[in-house]
Order: sequence, then C-alpha cells, then structure tokens
Amino acid sequence: MLLTNLEIVPGRTVKEHLGLVQGNSVRAKHVGRDIMASLKNIFGGELKGYTELLQESREEAVARMVQQAEAAGANAVLNIRFSTSSVTQGAAELYAYGTAVILD
Amino acid sequence: MFDLIVFFVLLGLGYGFGRVAEQRHYKSIIEREIDLNRIPAIALRLPPPSLVPQRTQLVTGSVVISIDYFKRVAAGLRSLVGGRMRSYETLLDRARREAVLRMKQQADGLGAKMIFNIKLETASISKGSKNKIGSVEVLAYGTAIIPVVAPAAIPTAIGE
Repeated sequence: MLLTNLEIVPGRTVKEHLGLVQGNSVRAKHVGRDIMASLKNIFGGELKGYTELLQESREEAVARMVQQAEAAGANAVLNIRFSTSSVTQGAAELYAYGTAVILD
Repeated sequence: MFDLIVFFVLLGLGYGFGRVAEQRHYKSIIEREIDLNRIPAIALRLPPPSLVPQRTQLVTGSVVISIDYFKRVAAGLRSLVGGRMRSYETLLDRARREAVLRMKQQADGLGAKMIFNIKLETASISKGSKNKIGSVEVLAYGTAIIPVVAPAAIPTAIGE
C-alpha cells in the first residue's frame, strides 16, 4: 500500500479511482499522563506523553484508512489529509482521509 | 494569604523553568535546522515533472508543547490591553519548527532528498483552568521523495 499526500504518484498512472477512504480514532488521556501534563503546564515544555498518545492514535487512524482501502481493492491512497479535533475535555479525535486508487 | 503565596511560587517556578526550557529548546532547534537544511521542505503540491523518483513515502512529525504558568499569566494581563501576545507567538513558533524538524528527521532516516506538499495542522488539545489554552499540538506532514540507486550501477558492480 502506497501512502502519499501528493495528488499523483510521479512516474505512475492512476488506473481506477475508488473514492474516499477514511479512518478515525478517539483517544482519552490517561490519568497518570494527565497529572504529568498539569505539572508541565506550570513549567512549560514538551508534553511527551501527549505527543506519543497522539502519534499512536494517528497511526491507528491511518491503519483504519488503509484497511478500508484494502477492502476496496486499492493499492495506493493519494492526497492524504490529517485533522485533529478535541471532542470533549480530555479526549482528542484524530482523523485521516484520502482517495483510494489502483495504480498501474 | 496562602493562595497568594502559592500563586507567586508558581509564577516564579514558571518564569525560571520556562525561560530556561525555551532558551534550550530554541538552541537545539537552530542547531538541528542548520543540520537538516540539506533536505528542503517544499510546499508545492506537485514535484516537477523532470524529477522521476522511484519511491515516495508519507512522513509526519508532531509535537505537543505547553506554555508555562508565568507566560499564561502574562498573556492574561496582555489580553486586558490588547496587542501582540509574544508568549503565545514563541510557543507556536517553537511547536511548528519542532514538528517540521521531526518530519525532516524521519525523512532523513529514509534517505530522502526532499519533501513535497508540506501541510501543517495545529490543534489546541487541552484547555486549562478557566478555559485558557494551555498546550498546542502541531502536526507537519508531507511526501518524502527518495532516490533509488540507479539500476545501471548494479550490473557493472557484478560484472567487475
């Protein structure tokens, strides 16, 4: 599975468009990390726990998108976009979407 | 009275640690930026047709960064009179540069020569007490163009 956020793959042609594929994941923060984060809110600096958490959930969102693309019989996902939104206090939604295609 | 003492202690801690952390962060950002300048990050949507890469790969870099207590109080005061909020400006500047650097580091690990179609995505992930924005997440992503060893080079190596 080829993933790219370009609209084309240089040197290859798109044989068939299969439409939009998407994946999302909503993660809640864990209490231990939350306590560390509130301490960091005093001192400033990187919240490593959150960076990891969001990275993991983003990977999961991408994995779900890839699963959908595989089910549709695609061999590549083009024009991928990411988006983040906070649904409620203490939880974040990571969303990935793109166009599934069959490349020659 | 006790509350006031706590407030000033937090303010002092925020000022001290926050300043040191920011200066250290800026120093490391500048060092790594100079090092990673060899991988240009280009915001063009499409690579030029003359460039025929063999491999492309999605690369991402993200960071969650928090503002310190002192700066939050300073920003709160600033919002009374209006004007530029320098404390938030530096926070976002650091977060963006760090995210781009992490993306470049990932691309560097893959042996990429350049990155196309850079997108930056910013989200405030936690709203601290009194609904003030405490920390931001920045995600940078793009497509790394990875050159592959020219196929012609392999047969000659075997032939010799």
